[in-house]
Amino acid sequence: MNGVNLTLRVLHHGERHLSRQLTAVAERHRTEHEVHHVATDLAEWSRDNAVRLAGAADARGVHLGKPSGPTAGVLSGLREKAAEAVAQRPGTGLLLLRDLRELHLSAAENSLHWEMLAQAAQAMRDEDLLAMVSRCHPRTLRQMRWTNTMIKNLAPQILTGL
Amino acid sequence: MTGGVPAPPGGPTLEAGMSASIDRIARPWGGRTPYARHGTWPPRVDTFLEEGVAPDQVQRWVRAASILHSDGDAMDIAVVDGRMVGVRGRADDRVNRGRLGPKDLFGWQANASADRLTTPLVREGGRLVECDWDTAMRRIVARSRELLDERGPGSIGFYTSGQLYLEEYYTLAVLARAGIGTHHLDGNTRLCTATAAEALKQSFGCDGQPGSYDDLDHADVVALFGHNIAETQPVQWMRLLDRLEGGDPPRLLCVDPRPTQVARTAALHLAPRAGTNLALLNALLHEIIRTDRVDHAYVEAHTVGFEELASRVRECTPRWAAPICDVPAAAIGEAAELLGTAEHLLSTVLQGVYQSHQATATAVQINNLHLIRGMLGRPGAGVLQMNGQPTAQNTRECGADGDLPGFRNWQNDSHVADLAEVWNVEPDTIAHYAPPTHALQIFRYAEQGSIRMLWISGTNPAVSLPELSRVRSILGQERLFVVAQDLYLTETAQLADVVLPAATWGEKTGVSTNADRTVHLSEKAVEPPGTARADLEIFLDYAARMDFRDKDGGPLVTWHDPESAFEAWKRCSAGRPCDYTGITYDRLRGASGVQWPCNEQAPDGTERLCTDGAGWAHPDVCQSYGKDLVTGAADEPVEYRSLNPDGKAVIRAAAYLPPHEAPDAEHPFQLTTGRTLYHFHTRTKTARAPQLNAAAPGVWVEACASDAAGLGLDEGDLVEVSTPRGALRGRLRVTGIRPGLLFVPFHYGYWDTQARYGPGGGEPGRAANETTVTDWDPVSKQPLFKTAAAALRLVERGNGRPALAPTTTASAPSRPGVPPTTGQTAALTTETAGTTDTSAGTSGRDGL
Repeated sequence: MNGVNLTLRVLHHGERHLSRQLTAVAERHRTEHEVHHVATDLAEWSRDNAVRLAGAADARGVHLGKPSGPTAGVLSGLREKAAEAVAQRPGTGLLLLRDLRELHLSAAENSLHWEMLAQAAQAMRDEDLLAMVSRCHPRTLRQMRWTNTMIKNLAPQILTGL
Repeated sequence: MTGGVPAPPGGPTLEAGMSASIDRIARPWGGRTPYARHGTWPPRVDTFLEEGVAPDQVQRWVRAASILHSDGDAMDIAVVDGRMVGVRGRADDRVNRGRLGPKDLFGWQANASADRLTTPLVREGGRLVECDWDTAMRRIVARSRELLDERGPGSIGFYTSGQLYLEEYYTLAVLARAGIGTHHLDGNTRLCTATAAEALKQSFGCDGQPGSYDDLDHADVVALFGHNIAETQPVQWMRLLDRLEGGDPPRLLCVDPRPTQVARTAALHLAPRAGTNLALLNALLHEIIRTDRVDHAYVEAHTVGFEELASRVRECTPRWAAPICDVPAAAIGEAAELLGTAEHLLSTVLQGVYQSHQATATAVQINNLHLIRGMLGRPGAGVLQMNGQPTAQNTRECGADGDLPGFRNWQNDSHVADLAEVWNVEPDTIAHYAPPTHALQIFRYAEQGSIRMLWISGTNPAVSLPELSRVRSILGQERLFVVAQDLYLTETAQLADVVLPAATWGEKTGVSTNADRTVHLSEKAVEPPGTARADLEIFLDYAARMDFRDKDGGPLVTWHDPESAFEAWKRCSAGRPCDYTGITYDRLRGASGVQWPCNEQAPDGTERLCTDGAGWAHPDVCQSYGKDLVTGAADEPVEYRSLNPDGKAVIRAAAYLPPHEAPDAEHPFQLTTGRTLYHFHTRTKTARAPQLNAAAPGVWVEACASDAAGLGLDEGDLVEVSTPRGALRGRLRVTGIRPGLLFVPFHYGYWDTQARYGPGGGEPGRAANETTVTDWDPVSKQPLFKTAAAALRLVERGNGRPALAPTTTASAPSRPGVPPTTGQTAALTTETAGTTDTSAGTSGRDGL
């Protein structure tokens, strides 16, 4: 049972991390408009997943801390300004591919943890936990598919256009 | 919601055989010819000839179809001494039965405008100077070759139109996709109809309009979602007005935040908050399912995915949607009742959905409404996912937008191999490792510097794309070689390195296909001015100079004129949903208007698609395997195959997300942009037609009375609308628009101002797109022009002088005493009801 608590803790950390990462990427790539807008929407999914994980952990007497809000502040403003300043520079494409790759890997890590949690919930016949996983895990898979699609669409032009 | 506004400017009722002379600026929809449900729409022939020309003086009538909207109204151009002198609707055509809208009646005059481009221009020392065709074409070819050698095909992009002809798009698609081998070819149809195409692909596996305009004759309920049909397809609005005055009239449901003529006429009008369409649709679907107005047998036989939808909308009650949409829950319930009890439901969809937040997801829910109610493929029961432009359908089917020709699936290797066989090239010549690049991404690549040549034909992005200061800075880059092919020195052309003068409608021959798949031939009536050339001729010249070859060393482009190009396209369309193999130029010169597919199996054309469920959704034949409706991520073939092995229609659900830009203290309003009846796009033609220009001569800003009063503003005050991107100034028109929302028409640019291509002298400009946000629907990639947050302030008092905005349309003033929009004698048009005989001398052949 401690293993389940541990997984909840690791995944909660992972979703919060991905949410912050998505927000940072959205700001850094302000001039990649689709990335900016969709990453902002997808950060919200990870935030909501983290809230639900904290709720499930609470029910098990494990307290995972407060969800982080949107990370607007001095840093985000700086990132957006920096993005606008280099809008016409081709090298930012490479940075974008790297960021999308990192997002994909973080989402993949979370997805595997969701998988573990789903299996454990079935083994324990914990229907509440399983319902929560069934609701949240598809969003992680959709985050992975989005980053994969963006990489597939953008890589040819970025890598051959330098 | 629209109380207190003036009644629509109606026209007299015309008995059969009766003629009337009507000011068609003041009464845009003309006289009424009422007819009953299931009846035949009576003909009414509209004729406008320039002053001093009588019908019997016309030497030739040359066949054409309308070019200033997507309706495909058939007409004949009147010619005297090699000059256009007027137009007349074709009574025998299935689309318009003789009627013409104001833009068609008067817009042709722009052809003869004194400022037409008559010779190519090239940039020398920073200035555009006149040159001959050889100089201009050599420059384009030299740059193309240099880029192909140094940077590869991905460094060249093409941005075309929804206003050229089929033969031109197809030629462009072949030379770009197989000649250059670039991914980067799209049309401005991305701004108007990309969501329509995408929604059809998502639901039915393939593009292709399910419904027919004839459904308007049979429907008992017509639901118009973000579709101001009175101004965008005025002739079909005439049809609805005629039915409303006949027996067993339809009930209309209007979803629109503005007090359009449709809203004023509708049985029920909902004016949701901008950006919340999906929440509204999910609540409507919730109610239809809750009250079990579901055709379970149809759902079982023809669809997959119903359970997912039912579960997704289970919590989307009218009460849930009411505060999101700012529409009373009871009104949502009433709308669901209207949709749920319809016997023959026709829905139409346009920019209020397509250019708004969650565009594709919303358009797909409207398809879902019809799928779960079994309202498809029968007379009166259908969906019209509309287009904005006259030949947008051709851009889509020819693959001059972000698709492969013939609705082939870029993810399906056998489709690519099939296309390669048609073109006699190796499959890997046709770039298909990723989806064809969409317009906004093409501009992003140009901004980044990986696209170094951009050939723009028949469109004016320096006014029509969002966030104009950015667009101007992209087009103005030294490293980007811009070619502009147009009729006039547009704002875009002024930023180009080479400008090519093009011939237009009436000066060249080609095929156009309207929003309900009706194919028309438009023939050359007069010579183009100066040395201007048809777009087809320009593309053929470029292909020849570039010496594009097929895999056996023969020429890639084997045709030489419109008819041979059409014949080549027919081979490409064979066996695909948009099959043209049963159509010839000769046939189009006979009976007016044929709906595709038209082939051996359907020699008379096809009135409706989806008569037996989705016809082109099978994994082997579908155009798309589907996308995530929120993220736009592409589904893989194997997923689609397991979801939909039998090729049924796919019911796809989506959750509502809040819009990306919400009003705040600094920008307290929502801002939406749109069109007016009297203008088209960036006014290149309509501002050069005196009657149309006078009806709407300058930009205006619409706000409701309470918002105006709250800021101490009055009708006619000069106001400034600003967003984080920029600002514009215009005169205030106080209307019955939804509170909290501002509207600005997007037609106005700078070519007819001192500044010529952008705002001058540090003052805010007048183009709506100075303020719009660069954001697009992740699924269809259509830019969102209808969800921005904005501020409004007074610049200068109008002192009682009203805004010069039309009073006949959605812009009608709330305040009495504003002089009505009229065209007076200059706009007098002859309307003759009930004539089926189109008189001798109408044949297009006479025109050649």
